[in-house]
Amino acid sequence: MTVVSCKGVEKTFIKGRESVEVLAGINLEIEEGDFLALMGPSGSGKTTLLNLIGGLDHPSAGSVVVGGQPLAEMSAKQLAKWRSANVGFIFQFYNLLPVLSAQRNVELPLLLTALSSKQRQANAAAALQIVGLADRAKHKPGELSGGQQQRVAIARAIVADPGLLVCDEPTGDLDRDTADEILKLLETLNGEYGKTIIMVTHDPKAAEHAAQVLRMDKGLLVENAA
Amino acid sequence: MSRLGFMWANLFRRPVRTWLTLVSVMIAFLLFVLLRTVSHSFSEGGGFGEPGIDRLMVSPKYSIIDPLPISALQQIAGVDGVLAVTHGDWFGGVYQDRANFFPKYPVKPIPHFEMYSEYLIDPQHLEAFANTRTGAVAPLAMAVKYGWKVGDKIPIEGDIWAKKDGSRNWEFDLVGTYAAPEDQQQPGVFLLNYAYFDEARDFGEGTVGWFTVRIADTERAAEIANAIDALFTNSLNPTRTMTEAEQARQFMQQIGDIELMMTGILAAVFFTILLLTGNTMAQALRERVPELAVLKTIGFSDGAVAALVLGEALLLCAVGALLGTALAIGAAVVIGPGMEEAMGVFEVSGSTAASALGLSALLGLVVGAVPSFTAQRLSIVDALRKQ
Repeated sequence: MTVVSCKGVEKTFIKGRESVEVLAGINLEIEEGDFLALMGPSGSGKTTLLNLIGGLDHPSAGSVVVGGQPLAEMSAKQLAKWRSANVGFIFQFYNLLPVLSAQRNVELPLLLTALSSKQRQANAAAALQIVGLADRAKHKPGELSGGQQQRVAIARAIVADPGLLVCDEPTGDLDRDTADEILKLLETLNGEYGKTIIMVTHDPKAAEHAAQVLRMDKGLLVENAA
Repeated sequence: MSRLGFMWANLFRRPVRTWLTLVSVMIAFLLFVLLRTVSHSFSEGGGFGEPGIDRLMVSPKYSIIDPLPISALQQIAGVDGVLAVTHGDWFGGVYQDRANFFPKYPVKPIPHFEMYSEYLIDPQHLEAFANTRTGAVAPLAMAVKYGWKVGDKIPIEGDIWAKKDGSRNWEFDLVGTYAAPEDQQQPGVFLLNYAYFDEARDFGEGTVGWFTVRIADTERAAEIANAIDALFTNSLNPTRTMTEAEQARQFMQQIGDIELMMTGILAAVFFTILLLTGNTMAQALRERVPELAVLKTIGFSDGAVAALVLGEALLLCAVGALLGTALAIGAAVVIGPGMEEAMGVFEVSGSTAASALGLSALLGLVVGAVPSFTAQRLSIVDALRKQ
């Protein structure tokens, strides 16, 4: 079943008086349960494509359909609600809130749901258990290593049980061993929990963990390296 | 974790900055509530009661410290339309401690209570007052407050008046108590016998501070007042006569000025707080741009993020206002009894506390409006790109 469908997707940014074409007509289909790595040089449009698939931005032309839902038809408010239920985001720099404990960072997306406080706590604890950080629940991000922070970020991404995880350089700030641990965790989420994963990376070693690798250059998909 | 808990955690991202801001807001509201309470106490009449509609006050024209000769009493009594005249003076003085402030007037006992018939005194106490040179009577509430009973000697240290022997130690025999009208909040006046006071004081013998005049026809009040003043126009002691109601009105006018002054002070304080708190909120927002973008990314709508930022401003101001109001209520409990003598009941009213909370909401809205609007318009992609 196709989870993500991009047809003729273009994206142009306006910088001063110039318009910069970042995506020049992307056609892409991603099946449910795929683990896809997007590689390519800086400025090739990887993150922009990821943002469009994650519903963070709108294409200048073309259509993006995720889970059968055309994203262009949704208002900003509907998109926000859709993201909270359907997409988990993992960033290079973790982007945890420093004032909250690991448990509360993970609980954050659940504030948007109708779950009771007790249920939210239970779900957050379960997510932390999955990423192997149950014993660090009360620690704040500043008290955790980079790898642990990224695990907390992954727990936050999966706590609402979305089908799709979008990861922007999830190992870009980590050493090789820690990066491998994170990538194995992503593999587990893909293999055991059925999450569809799209990962942007510069790192060929990281891309090896994906089932399919796509390369981008100058706003186009240039090679299927699977 | 609730949304409120999340806002609270965000506020304390930089604890020192937040505490300093909170203390500033708290002090502003402490000032607000105390000054409003002072103003409220005054505007409630300070407990001075309803002015008599058939009484005129004859005071020195230029200054209340200028005395009037007691001989003027006969001249005033002779004015057409005047039914009765009595007099009073300002004794000042300190009972044990300056904090024990209450007014003390030397009066002629029987004419005084005839003039102020709304004050009720036992005839035996009045007789004792009239017949005891060193006699004094106190309002019942005042006697209860200081634990006096009839027969006690009340020592007063004169700060205006010394005795002929140079001593400032005055001692009065409490020979009775009297009851003030129910609508009068102020405990009333400690009355002492003018005859003894006038005889014993080291200067000013034969003078009084003011005359009180009862008139037959209130319609003729202005005419009679003019006639009284005309008697003394070219004398050494010109007078200014007005009805008690007019005197009360002028007093209220002065209170109006005090209120204006207080409003000015509070406006300056709150303007400063506005800038200070606004700066804190703006700084906090700048530091959190990527975090707000992350919130939007994980599903918080633009409105939810704006509400969160506005909620933080409201929470900060509300907590500051609650702490300030609580402190003011505590302060009123502690200092209130000492203030009651001067301005009647001194306690924080429900309306004052409510207006503090209302003001805190307004302050929060003003302070949080711009950061909230900025947060609402924040573009996720732009904010994440700037990381």
